[in-house]
Amino acid sequence: MIPLSAYVAVSAALFITGLLGVLIRRNFIIVLMSVEIMLNAANINLIAFSHYLESMAGQMVALFIIAIAAGEAAIGLAIIIVVFRGKISTNVDEMNFLKW
Amino acid sequence: MVLVFFAYFALASIAAGVLTVALKHPVHCGLALLALLVHVSGLFILLNAEFLWAVQIIVYAGAILVLYLFVLMLMNLKTDDRYFHSSYLYFLVPAAIGSLFVLALLVRSPFGGAKGDATTEAILEKGDTHAVGIKMFSEYLLQFEIVGVFLLGAVIGAIVLAKTPKPASKERKV
Repeated sequence: MIPLSAYVAVSAALFITGLLGVLIRRNFIIVLMSVEIMLNAANINLIAFSHYLESMAGQMVALFIIAIAAGEAAIGLAIIIVVFRGKISTNVDEMNFLKW
Repeated sequence: MVLVFFAYFALASIAAGVLTVALKHPVHCGLALLALLVHVSGLFILLNAEFLWAVQIIVYAGAILVLYLFVLMLMNLKTDDRYFHSSYLYFLVPAAIGSLFVLALLVRSPFGGAKGDATTEAILEKGDTHAVGIKMFSEYLLQFEIVGVFLLGAVIGAIVLAKTPKPASKERKV
């Protein structure tokens, strides 16, 4: 029997990896991929607790997270297309044209 | 046996996550992300969540990742800038101490709490999909409808954003 803390440790390691990706990488699309890694880490956590605490609520929330990740990917990639069409670089540090 | 599978899926998913963040070429990062998603879905199987395994494979690996690869291959996104704080090495020791503390808390914690009614036997009797479906369309119906409206808004927003803009003066002339 695998302890619950093993799943939580895997999820924490994946979340830190994704967070480092968001902080270090400057390519917009890789930043979005790192966000997906963090969402997956949250899903592992939710489903592990759902299994060990014998409740379906965790699996429900994980399903909604997957749906919202799909919407986020669609909108984020559409924004990348718009930015790329304006010949602005895809470096997230140089995208500051909404700054007041 | 379960322990072997767990170790494989856990280590492979962490390695794939590190590769996703560290690799240079964006398409390679996308393929590493695919490996990560497949191995995370293996962890879902070990937790008796077959329905979420199927959703992970179909929606994440099948739809979201293809969307990412589509955009990557349509555009030439090869910037490889990275940002490191000038004194980030000084933060390594505090970060290591903090993560050791969190690890010690994880190992010591009993994770006790009130248990629900979805025991493993109850789920295995009729399958995970049955349990998810009953719960989804009774207790979580409102949230389900809200997610549906959200996805419709996301689709319309993506179409509006990605459409080629027409100059406004041409439409006036007709």
